[in-house]
Amino acid sequence: MKSRILKNSKETDRQFDEFLDNVSEAGVLFREATENYFEGNLEAFEEKRNKMNDLEHRGDALRRTLEHLLYTKTLVPELRGDIMELLENMDALLDHYKAVIWRFDIEHPDILPEFHDDFRELIASGVNAVECTVRSCKAFFSEIDETCNHMHKVIFWETEGDIVSTRLQKRIFRNESLRLSHKRHIRDFVRFIEKIGDEAEDVIDRFSIYIIKRAI
Amino acid sequence: MFLFFLSSGLFLGWSLGANDAANVFGTAVGSQMISFKRAAVLCGVFVILGAVISGAGTSDTIGKLGTVNAMAGAFIVALAAAVSVYLMTVLGYPVSTSQGIIGAIIGWNLFTGTLIDYTSLTKIVSSWIACPILAAIFSMILYKLVVFCIKTFKIRMFKLDTLTRYGLIIVGIFGAYSLGANNIANVMGVFVPVSPFRDISFMGIFSLTSAQQLFLIGGITIAIGVITYSKRVMMTVGTGIMKISPVSAFVAVWAHSIVLFLFASQGLEHFLISHGLPSIPLVPVSSSQAIVGAVIGIGLLKGGKGIRWKTVGGISVGWVVTPLLAALISFISLFFFQNVFQQQTYKPVEYIVSAAAIERIENQGIPTDKLKGMLGNKYSSAFQFNKALKERLSLRLDDTSFIMESTEYHKMEITGAAIRFLDSKWFTEEQIKALEKLDGQVFIHTWMMDEALAGISPSWRIKKDDRLFSRRLKEKIDRIHDLFHTR
Repeated sequence: MKSRILKNSKETDRQFDEFLDNVSEAGVLFREATENYFEGNLEAFEEKRNKMNDLEHRGDALRRTLEHLLYTKTLVPELRGDIMELLENMDALLDHYKAVIWRFDIEHPDILPEFHDDFRELIASGVNAVECTVRSCKAFFSEIDETCNHMHKVIFWETEGDIVSTRLQKRIFRNESLRLSHKRHIRDFVRFIEKIGDEAEDVIDRFSIYIIKRAI
Repeated sequence: MFLFFLSSGLFLGWSLGANDAANVFGTAVGSQMISFKRAAVLCGVFVILGAVISGAGTSDTIGKLGTVNAMAGAFIVALAAAVSVYLMTVLGYPVSTSQGIIGAIIGWNLFTGTLIDYTSLTKIVSSWIACPILAAIFSMILYKLVVFCIKTFKIRMFKLDTLTRYGLIIVGIFGAYSLGANNIANVMGVFVPVSPFRDISFMGIFSLTSAQQLFLIGGITIAIGVITYSKRVMMTVGTGIMKISPVSAFVAVWAHSIVLFLFASQGLEHFLISHGLPSIPLVPVSSSQAIVGAVIGIGLLKGGKGIRWKTVGGISVGWVVTPLLAALISFISLFFFQNVFQQQTYKPVEYIVSAAAIERIENQGIPTDKLKGMLGNKYSSAFQFNKALKERLSLRLDDTSFIMESTEYHKMEITGAAIRFLDSKWFTEEQIKALEKLDGQVFIHTWMMDEALAGISPSWRIKKDDRLFSRRLKEKIDRIHDLFHTR
């Protein structure tokens, strides 16, 4: 009986890890897909976009299973609401990756090669911020004392993203060869990507409360 | 009639179950770690087992403080305890039935003129103070240990959740058993000397003594209290008073259960005695105060913030006010019951200054010159005799106790018919043969029979270096005092 009980908790842990790994994997895909786009390799881009779709569906399914488990098995009752919120926020990050890729696919923004490096940097900041959020999240479930070690890195990457975003927007609007409509189109993409870091930071802000509540 | 008189004890049992089960399973149920149904069933079953299997130890201590020897008296004593606990609970103090029943017994002692055994009383009161302090110490140690294990073995959240859940069930079961063992004396202790039940054996497999049958009934009423009324209290405890994490709750219940068990376990007492270690007094303590002590212990480890010092103050108030209130209610109610309702609330214990008693007292080295002037005098209560003694002699407390014990009138006649009532499995063949040699003899003091038996056989002699043997022998001696008692 004892082994069955612990087996159940191990299975829940595994599903949580899988869900978080999905978010992490989506970051890698996101970077690869945007890189393919900048290189003009649209076939590879589409392939990544489809993979991202699958990943997002899997993420949703896992989230629902976990939420169902949390309530039907009354797991961690004192933190159940917080964990639900955490799951939804992490899922929202995955959705945001997917939304950016789809916008690239739908709107086909014309991003001049001179902006590519700044875009790459902005994307890297966002993905790194999400990656650190995933690590904080994993630590929250296993070694709570480690959570803070990753949390401050999220803030660092979000700030880096803000700096790059401001710099990039300035460069876009000071480029005289572009029409205003074109500038505004690219600016929207910059802001949309920048929001990934902002959302990661929002997740981390809520973490501070969860950690106090999880104190033994 | 006995059932009517028992009703106050049953009410006390019901309210104990309704209130104290929350100390054991409250946090677990309130925080939804365990369903109420499961908690109530486990709590009920293990309270009954604890009461029947291990309830005798604390009842002995209560008996020493005052043997309530009439049914109506026991009824009033239990009722006074219940009413005082109810009143204090309404006022919002975390009091216990232990304090209520002790106060009520003292009220009975005062009403009947029985002398209070201050040694037992001191033992009981010091245990009340020790109970929350010990619980705090245990919870601090256990908390450190649990946190160390969680960090060392890097236990993940969901595994910790599962382990805590089952941990809460296990310590809850332990707590329920200890609660039954420790607190059944409060509910049924006063009825033990007046119980009309006879020992029953179930096909020779196991037997239930008269006291155990009472404990079974008491245990069942506690269980009914748990099932019918403890849900609301559990929800309050789980979500209101103690806002602590499930792991802390697990530690608190664990510490609380250990303390209750320490003050109830005859097995542990035997182990300590047999290894020459100092034993822990078997005293009914407060489950509520143990759990509050345990939570305070954890609170102190976390820096002392958030400790409700008002509750701590409430505990101290409870130690003093509850027994006083219960004693007052008990005294007044006994007066009315005896004089208005014409019910016998006690059987008078008489004292007679016999020549044999004077000789015994003289052998003890106590001056008997003035006592000889009282030769042949009979006194209707301990209070009257004590007053008479004080008028003539200036005695130390120990000497007074010895004189009282030596002069207590308890007529016994040893008959072959009564000897056949003795349980041959409990009494040895040698002990029964020694009794048979005294067939037909009459004694007016209990010690006279004890000395006569000890003179015939070593199996009836108290061994000062073997406390365990002596304790068991004392139980047998008490049994034969009752068996051969005649009016």
